[in-house]
Amino acid sequence: MASKFRSLDSYEATISYGYRLLPFKFTALDESEYALTNYVGQVTLLDLDTLANFVHHTLPSNSEAYKALKSRHFLLDSDSDVAIDLLGLKMRTRLARLKEFTSLHMFVVSLRCEHSCPYCQVSRQSDDRKAFDMSTATADKALGLVFRSPSSSIKIEFQGGEPMLNFELVQYIVERAEAINRTEHRDLQFVIATNLAMVTDDILTFCKDHEILISTSLDGPPDLHNQNRPRSGRNSYEKAVEGIQRARDALGRDRVSALMTTTQASLSRGREIIDEYLRLGFEGIFLRPLSPYGFAIKTRTYAAYDTDQWLTFYFDGLDYIMELNRGGVPFREHYAAIILGKMLTPFGTGYVDLRSPAGIGVAAIVYNYDGDVYASDESRMLAEMGDKTFRIGNVHENSWEEIMTSDSLLTPLAESFAESAPMCSDCAFEPFCGADPVFHHATQGDYLGHKPTSAFCRRNMAIFRRLIIMLRDDESARSIFLQWANS
Amino acid sequence: MGQLVTTALKLGGSNIELVGFDETREPFIILLSSAAQLPQALRSQRAYLLRSEPIPPVFALYVVLDRDRALLKRIPAESRAVVIPDDYDYLADGDIVRINSNRHSIRVLYRKQSRHNAILVTERCNHYCLMCSQPPRDIDDSWIVPETLAAIPLMDRETESLTITGGEPTLLGEDLLRILRASKNWLPSTSMHILSNGRRFADERFARQYAGVAHPDLMVGIPIYSDLSTIHDYVVQSDGAFDETLRGILNLKRYGQRVEVRVVLHKQTYERLPQLAEFIARNLLFVDHVALMGLEMTGFTKANLNELWIDPYDYQPQLRAAVHLLDAYQMNVSIYNHQLCVLDPLLWRFARKSISDWKNEYMPECEACVKQTECGGFFSSAKVRYSEHIQPFIK
Repeated sequence: MASKFRSLDSYEATISYGYRLLPFKFTALDESEYALTNYVGQVTLLDLDTLANFVHHTLPSNSEAYKALKSRHFLLDSDSDVAIDLLGLKMRTRLARLKEFTSLHMFVVSLRCEHSCPYCQVSRQSDDRKAFDMSTATADKALGLVFRSPSSSIKIEFQGGEPMLNFELVQYIVERAEAINRTEHRDLQFVIATNLAMVTDDILTFCKDHEILISTSLDGPPDLHNQNRPRSGRNSYEKAVEGIQRARDALGRDRVSALMTTTQASLSRGREIIDEYLRLGFEGIFLRPLSPYGFAIKTRTYAAYDTDQWLTFYFDGLDYIMELNRGGVPFREHYAAIILGKMLTPFGTGYVDLRSPAGIGVAAIVYNYDGDVYASDESRMLAEMGDKTFRIGNVHENSWEEIMTSDSLLTPLAESFAESAPMCSDCAFEPFCGADPVFHHATQGDYLGHKPTSAFCRRNMAIFRRLIIMLRDDESARSIFLQWANS
Repeated sequence: MGQLVTTALKLGGSNIELVGFDETREPFIILLSSAAQLPQALRSQRAYLLRSEPIPPVFALYVVLDRDRALLKRIPAESRAVVIPDDYDYLADGDIVRINSNRHSIRVLYRKQSRHNAILVTERCNHYCLMCSQPPRDIDDSWIVPETLAAIPLMDRETESLTITGGEPTLLGEDLLRILRASKNWLPSTSMHILSNGRRFADERFARQYAGVAHPDLMVGIPIYSDLSTIHDYVVQSDGAFDETLRGILNLKRYGQRVEVRVVLHKQTYERLPQLAEFIARNLLFVDHVALMGLEMTGFTKANLNELWIDPYDYQPQLRAAVHLLDAYQMNVSIYNHQLCVLDPLLWRFARKSISDWKNEYMPECEACVKQTECGGFFSSAKVRYSEHIQPFIK
């Protein structure tokens, strides 16, 4: 080389002064490797000896491990400290949603429902409109609170019961919200969570005119769905499938989504459930665990299978979905996609259960039919069981400020912060996880929870491990997961 | 525009002949015209491209190709003329040249019909890149700024794009901002691209002033050669460059400015290209464009050929991994300066015809190739060394 140029060695000489560790956590991944994560969710895998060398400041700067750890901001050497700026930026990016607090506002417009699903948390078989429908006065008060949120985007979700049994109020709220938004200029969106059994052309026309999204329930093949979701006529499946097609025709394929609920009867039928979603033209599925609230507890449905059984079901489903993708059929598992987004991109998630601070109140808020305000959908389910711990106010009695600063909201938020929670604070998977104070209160009587016996912890840890191992070992999974993480 | 140029153009030289000149005259720039009917009011400011008779009177200057020198006898008495080599027969109406009578030189500053006009605003640089195509010179070339400010108003206002290059343009400081303001005011619909190492923008005040120009279509292309500071600093031969460049990019984006990351692929950069892609996706996802660029065999590259040369065919695995990763993150990614026959066909949709027309050529192997019009071809300097895997696509 011409002498006026300095060699690479001379630029690397500065490193010989050693390195400093940046904050990171490590957890055994499997028999051979440890997963290291930094605060912003970047992962590096090392064997135990290399990890020990790294921690003891004896890792040679020319090793591949050193280069990976430096590139991903696990260490600082004297040659460069811009990692601090970049880590700060990435941390702000992950937490950026916090300043947009409370974008999802759920209106329980009626508790009444013509289904009688044994796993349902809340619904009532009743014709008493007065007792279980939201009033116009309550809706007006709730709308006043909705627009106090500083969030630039606001989603109003109609929940039940079956919201279509009180569709006049849905119409009223949509039109009032649009009128208010003419001066508020938020990015305003509506979604109706419905079983679609009662859908009419008039309702679909209204949904089309106001660009309303439809979210429905689909548990799998006809016999499973109808067993899970009984209604008179035993035709819940037929009604749902017909409703999905009609809604797609009227609103467009991307405006209709479906959610499944896993029951004991679902556990052996994961692939059939996925096939059902495929057959109906969905581009993904959310393989959900059962939640420990409402009638699900009362009827012992929740206790019917444990976390490990559910994980077997989940991983088998995920394996099948990977086979589909490898065979050229793009199909996503939404829960994995949310976690992969946290692993592989700089962004945090809007998904309520995997946020820290927890999503209660600050990601989503519920206005119940009777005017009570709850910190989450699960919170009001708990209330229907007689536990009003997460009732954070009432639309007729409390201001936005009183609701958002109530002890019943702030205490569980503060006490469940994952970054500082016992065990979570040492867990390498914490950046992918979240805080779920409602779940831990319901199952363990404590906002924070006892992690070694927490089903939430056991379930998520197993999924994090599996996804990281798949990213390490399976090149085709890596490529598919990159697409999921970024969609 | 758009036609296939198969040979490079000569843009300047010092073998011109002067007629009727006072040789002590300062260098000047002038706009070329081929309009014989130009009103007298404009003729006194223009140089006439004299190709044939009749000869219109009286332009500020007559520009004559060597092969047409017989016409010289017929130009109006007392008028000035330059005779230039036939290599410049591409010159056309609307082009701008600089004439230096002292040195008997001409430089083509701007070609109206080209999409690749670049203004070199300084030869000074605070980097000394191993593969620099325009080796820096530590000289006082501050005269370029007033000349550039004079040339910009002469450029066609329909000019599609204009590149500001160097040296390191940001070393001009406030003068660079003056050039940008002039571009905004005189060429409001021209897309501007600055090639910079980005370090000056680590000064937040400068980044803010730069943003303050509020140019409607401005992007700055900034190189990052590695995810590791040591390798980047080595490639650009400057300690601390990596940190300062990144801080510069962060400041530019803080002020909402458009940034392109440029990576030149060679023996010192290809191995960690996938890691660099991951670094960009995790840390700089907000940049507007990532350009992965083939090596130009000119300037310092020739001196450092052993340290730099790798056959592009041999780095396809790394290039493929990097492009697919950046694409998965929905980043806007392009491959520049690569021939289609050495690129993995999966990467063709990212390949752009990026080589400036005046230095773009094709090799003898390309003669029978049916994809020549789609292919970016070679830098004219590639004759020094090019891939051993060049082969024509035959139908």
